[in-house]
Amino acid sequence: MGRAPKKILVVDDEPQIRKFLRISLGAHNHVVFEAGTGRDAVALAAQEQPDLVVLDLSLPDMDGHEVISRLREHCASPIIVLTVRTGDVDKIEALDRGADDYVTKPFAIDELMLRIRTVLRHHSCAAEHPHRELRSGDLMIDLAARRVTLSGGEVMLSRREFDTLWLLVSHAGKVLTHAQILREIWGPAHIHETQYLRVHIGHLRKKLEDEPARPRFIITEPAVGYRFQPSEE
Amino acid sequence: MAERDDNDRPSPEALLEQVNREHRGRLKIFLGAAPGVGKTYAMLRTAQYRRREGLDVVVGVVETHGRLETEAFVRGLETIPRQKVEYRGLHFEEMDIDSILRRRPRLVLVDELAHTNVPGSRHPKRHQDVTEILDAGIDVYSTLNIQHLESLNDVIARIAGIQVRETVPDSVLQKADEIEVIDLPPQELMQRLVEGKVYIPEQAKRAMANFFSPGNLTALRELALRYAAERVDEQMLNYMRAHAIPGPWPTRERIMVCIGANSFAMRLVRTAKRAAERRQAPWLVVYVETSHHQTLSDEERDQVSSALRLAEQLGAETAVLSGENVAQEILVCARQRNVSQIIVGKSHRSGWWRLFRESPTDALLSRGQTFDVLVITSDEQAGAAKPAGAAGVAKKAAAVRWKDYGFALAMGVGALGAAFFGDIVLRLSNLALIFMTAVLAAGVRGGLGPSLLVSLISFLAYTFFFKEPRYTLQITNSQDIFEFVTFLAAAVAVGQYTAAVRRQVQATKHSARRTANLYDFSRKIAGAAVLDDVLWAVVHHVASIIQGRALVLMRKDNGLEIVAGYPPEDQLDTVSAAAANWAWNHGKTAGKASGTLPGAEWLFLPLRTARGPVGVLGVAMAGPDKLLSSEQTRLLDALAGQAAVAIERTTLVSDIEQARLLTETERLRSALLSSISHDLRTPLVAITGSVTSLLSYWPTFAAETRDELLLTIQDEAERLNRFVQNLLDMTRLGSGALQPRLDWVDIQDIIGSALERLKKQILTRPLDIQIDAGLPLLHLDFALIEQVLINILDNACKYSPSGSRIIIRVRLENRRMLVSVTDQGPGIPEGERDRVFDMFYRVKTTGQQTTGTGLGLAICRGIVEAHGGTVAASTSELGHGTVITLSLAVSEAPPLPSHLDEPAGAGGDAASEAVGDAGLQSGVASVQSG
Repeated sequence: MGRAPKKILVVDDEPQIRKFLRISLGAHNHVVFEAGTGRDAVALAAQEQPDLVVLDLSLPDMDGHEVISRLREHCASPIIVLTVRTGDVDKIEALDRGADDYVTKPFAIDELMLRIRTVLRHHSCAAEHPHRELRSGDLMIDLAARRVTLSGGEVMLSRREFDTLWLLVSHAGKVLTHAQILREIWGPAHIHETQYLRVHIGHLRKKLEDEPARPRFIITEPAVGYRFQPSEE
Repeated sequence: MAERDDNDRPSPEALLEQVNREHRGRLKIFLGAAPGVGKTYAMLRTAQYRRREGLDVVVGVVETHGRLETEAFVRGLETIPRQKVEYRGLHFEEMDIDSILRRRPRLVLVDELAHTNVPGSRHPKRHQDVTEILDAGIDVYSTLNIQHLESLNDVIARIAGIQVRETVPDSVLQKADEIEVIDLPPQELMQRLVEGKVYIPEQAKRAMANFFSPGNLTALRELALRYAAERVDEQMLNYMRAHAIPGPWPTRERIMVCIGANSFAMRLVRTAKRAAERRQAPWLVVYVETSHHQTLSDEERDQVSSALRLAEQLGAETAVLSGENVAQEILVCARQRNVSQIIVGKSHRSGWWRLFRESPTDALLSRGQTFDVLVITSDEQAGAAKPAGAAGVAKKAAAVRWKDYGFALAMGVGALGAAFFGDIVLRLSNLALIFMTAVLAAGVRGGLGPSLLVSLISFLAYTFFFKEPRYTLQITNSQDIFEFVTFLAAAVAVGQYTAAVRRQVQATKHSARRTANLYDFSRKIAGAAVLDDVLWAVVHHVASIIQGRALVLMRKDNGLEIVAGYPPEDQLDTVSAAAANWAWNHGKTAGKASGTLPGAEWLFLPLRTARGPVGVLGVAMAGPDKLLSSEQTRLLDALAGQAAVAIERTTLVSDIEQARLLTETERLRSALLSSISHDLRTPLVAITGSVTSLLSYWPTFAAETRDELLLTIQDEAERLNRFVQNLLDMTRLGSGALQPRLDWVDIQDIIGSALERLKKQILTRPLDIQIDAGLPLLHLDFALIEQVLINILDNACKYSPSGSRIIIRVRLENRRMLVSVTDQGPGIPEGERDRVFDMFYRVKTTGQQTTGTGLGLAICRGIVEAHGGTVAASTSELGHGTVITLSLAVSEAPPLPSHLDEPAGAGGDAASEAVGDAGLQSGVASVQSG
C-alpha cells in the first residue's frame, strides 16, 4: 500500500536533514523537492503542487506557523510538521492552522514513513467518499445504526462516546487536538473543558480496550490531543 | 566639596585619616610652664634657622609685646597682615587665615595656640584655625602654656587659684608631631618678671601676681615636664609595640570613674583621664541612674550628660547603669569589666545624715575591698554651682507642695476641732491620739514638711488647750517632752517613707512610660510585614521621641543610601555621610556630639544584630544646640536594637535564599562540567568509533558485525538525545522557565502515554499495573508528569535485572494520589535514598557500570515539587528492589456538566448514563502482560 511514487516537498534549513530525508524518501520511490526557507517553500508548493509537505517549524526567514497558513491558501495537500518535543504549544497551533500531523525531533525514519503513509492514505480516502461504516481490525463502527462491535460483541456507548469515537476513527492516524474534539462534540463554547474529554476518553477506553493503561486504539498525544491508531494490516 | 557627586564622597576612614595623612602639615608646639619662659623667642629662633635653610617661612601671628630681642627675630620673616574684625563697635585684629592659605608657605608661625578668636571670626578658637592650615598641608609652629590644656584645667585651678578660660583640647596636643618644652627654672622666671621681661595683659595683672609664686611655678613646671615625659614614654611604647619588641609591658589596668549628678562630675572625669593616661590604661565612666534620677532638675541631668560627653571626648568608654543600690551596681560592673581602680567623688552629705544612711562612697569603701578605691574630695569652687541646682529643685518642689501644706494646716485645725469634740462631748482621756492621726495623715499625703508642720501645730494646740494647766504653753513633766518627741518621730518616719514611696512611684511611672514606648514600637514594627513598612515605623517613631528628624540608611550597591526618613530626606552633607559610613563600618555611634566626627549635623547609631550590621539610624535634634539626654540615648539604643531585628527579619528570608542559591549554583557548576564532559562525550566516542569503523572496513565486516555497529550508533544517539533533553529540562527548571501548564488529566492516561514512549525498554518486561477504581482527575501538566514517569520507569528498567517484573501502582490516600513504581533491582542503600534526587548524584555500585546522567530523578523532583507534590525513594515490603513513590495533590473535582452524557441512541445502555459523576468507574485494572 502507498507504494505509488508521490511528490514530497521537504522544508528544512538544515542541509544535513534535507539530505538524509532526500535519500530515505528517494529510497521509497518518492520524488523529493527541497526548500531551505519559508519563502522558497511557498513558491515551490505553488509551482509543483506536491502530494505532501514535510515542514520544519523553525525556519530562518518565517515563522513555521505562518508558512502553514500560506501553504493552506492554495494547497490542500497534507502537511507533516517537524518539531522539538517540548514545543507542545507549537504542535497545537500547527494542527489548528491546518497541519495534519507532527513528528518530534529527533525521529527514526520508520516513524516518519509511518506518518506519511497514514496521512496520505487518509487524505485520499477522505477526499473520495465519506464513509458510512468503518473498521479497524476487530473493531467495527456503523454510523447509520450507531452500532459498535468489538470482536463481534456489541459495545454499549452513550451518544457522545459514539460521536467521539466516530470523529477519531474517521480521522484515523491523525492527531486531533483537544480543542478540535471538544468543538466538534460539545460545541465551540466548551473548547477549554479538557476534563470532559479526559473522563469521556477514560470511559471509552474502559469499554474498548483490554488494558486501559496501555491503549491499543485511542492513543494519547501528550498535551496535544488524541489519535485513533488504525491497526496495520 | 558639596557639589561632588555621591561616588567620590570621601570614605569615613579617608576623612579621619585626613588628619594623619602624609601631606597634612606637621605641627610643632613650643610648650611652656608659664608666660615668660621664652616660647615665642624659641619659636622665632628656630624659624630663622629654617629660613636660612631655604624654607619658605611666614609669620601668621606673633605677639612680641614690644620685647626687643623677640622683635629682632621677627625681622627678615615675611608677615601676613592681620585681618580686622569688628565686634560691638570695636576693632580687633585676628590672624588672616585665608591670606595664609592663598599664600601657601611651607611653614607658618602661629603664636598663642590657646587664643580665643573674636566672635565673627571663622573659628571660635585659634587651634581650629591651625587645624585648617595643617589640613591644607602647611606646617605650623605654635606656642602653648601648660595651663591651657583642657585636662589639666581643674588642676591648675587648684594649684594657682585661677580658672583658665582659654583651653585647648588634649587631642590637639596629642596630634602634634613634635613638642619642644621650653624650660626655665622658677627663680630665673621670677627674675625676668622682676625685670619686666614678662608681658602680662593689664586686666589680668592682679590675678597674675598671685600666679607667679615659686610654689605655683614649680608645680606648673612639673606638669609641663611630666606631660612631655609621658609623651616621650608613649611614643617609645608605641614604637616598641609596633616593632614587636618584647616586654616587660605594664599590666593592663582599667580605671572606672563613678560620677553623680553634680558639677563635680566634670572634674572627676578630668582627673580620671589623667590617671588613665599616666597608666596607659583604658578607662570608663559610669553613672548609676536610680529612681531618684527622675526627681533631678534639668540642670542636674544636663551635668550628667555633659560629663559623659566630655568623657567620650577624652577617650573614655561610658556606661549608664540602672539600679537602686548605687554601690552594688558599680561593683558588679567593675567586676564584669575587670576594673582595677575605682574613682569616686566624696559626697556632700552632712555628718549627721550619714548616721542614718550609708553614702555610695562609703559603701564602696567598705565593700569594694578587691579594688583600689580613690576618693576625690570636692572643693568650694566646684560645689559653688550646687546651690543653684538645688534651689531649682526646691522651687519646683515648692510649687507643687503648697497644696500639701494647706492640707496639713486643715488637718491640724480639723484635729483641734475633733479634740474639742472629744474633750467636751465624749470626755476622752487620751486626746494625743487624735493629733497623731492628723500627723500621720499629713505625712502620708504631703511627706516630711507638712507632717512636721502638723506635729508642731498639734503639740502647741494640745499643750495649750488640753494640758493642765490649760491655756498656757507650760510644760510640766517629762511625759510632755516624750509626747513631743513621739509626734516628731512619727512625722519624720511617715514623711520619709512617703517621700521614698513617691520617688518610687515616679520612677515606676517613668519606667512604665519607657516600657510602653518600647512596647508600642515593637507592636508597630511587628505589624509591618515588608521592609518599607518597618523602616517607616522606625523613623516615624524615633522622630517623635526625640522631637526631631530621623532616617535609616542601608547598604545598597554603591554604599550606604537613605532608605527612609521622617520628615523625608534624600541627601546628607559630606560630613554626616562620612559619619554614617563610620558608624556602619565600626558598629559604633558616630556624628553629632559623639567621639567621631562630632561636627556632623546628624548623630548615627549602628543598627546591629548578632549577624552583623543591617543599617544605620540617623537622628537630628530640632535645634542645633540641643543634645540627647542620657535617657533618650538609652531609649534610642533599645529602639535601635529592636529596629535592627525587625529589619533583619524582613531581609533574612531573601538573604538566606540568595546564599543558598549561591552555594548551590557553585556546586552545580562543577558537577555540570564533569557531567557534560563525561556524558556528552561518551556517546560521541562510541558513534564516531562505530561510524569510522564502518566507513573503513565495510567490505570486510560480516553482516552481523555491521548491524551490531549500526545498532550501537542508534543506541548511543538516543542516549545523547536523552541527555540533552535532561539538560534542557534541568536548565528550564533551574531558571524557573518551566511553568507547569495545568490541565485536568487522568493518571491512567499519563501512564499509558509514558509506557508508549518507553515501548522499546518496557516491552521486554513483565508489567503489573494496579490502578484503584474511582480515581479523580488530577490538575497538572500532562507532559511534565509524563516525563517524570518516563524517567522513573527508565531508571527501573536500567537498575533491575533484565526480564524482571516492574510494578506500577496508583492509589488514593488522604487526598493525595500515590503513584509508585517498584522494580526488582538491588535497591538504593538507606543513606542515599534522599540524595538520589540530587543533581548529578549516582548510586555507586560495584562491578556495574552506571549509565545514568544523574539528572533524571533530579528533574523528577523539580517537576513534582513545582506541582506541589513530593517524590521519595524506599524499598519494597519484600526488602529488595526500589520503590519510587510520587505523591500528587488531588484538587477539588473539576466542574463537569451534570449531564455529561446521554445514551448513544437505540442501543443506549442506561448503565452508561451513570457516569456523570467525576470518578472513573473502572474496577481494579490488573493486567499481566509480557
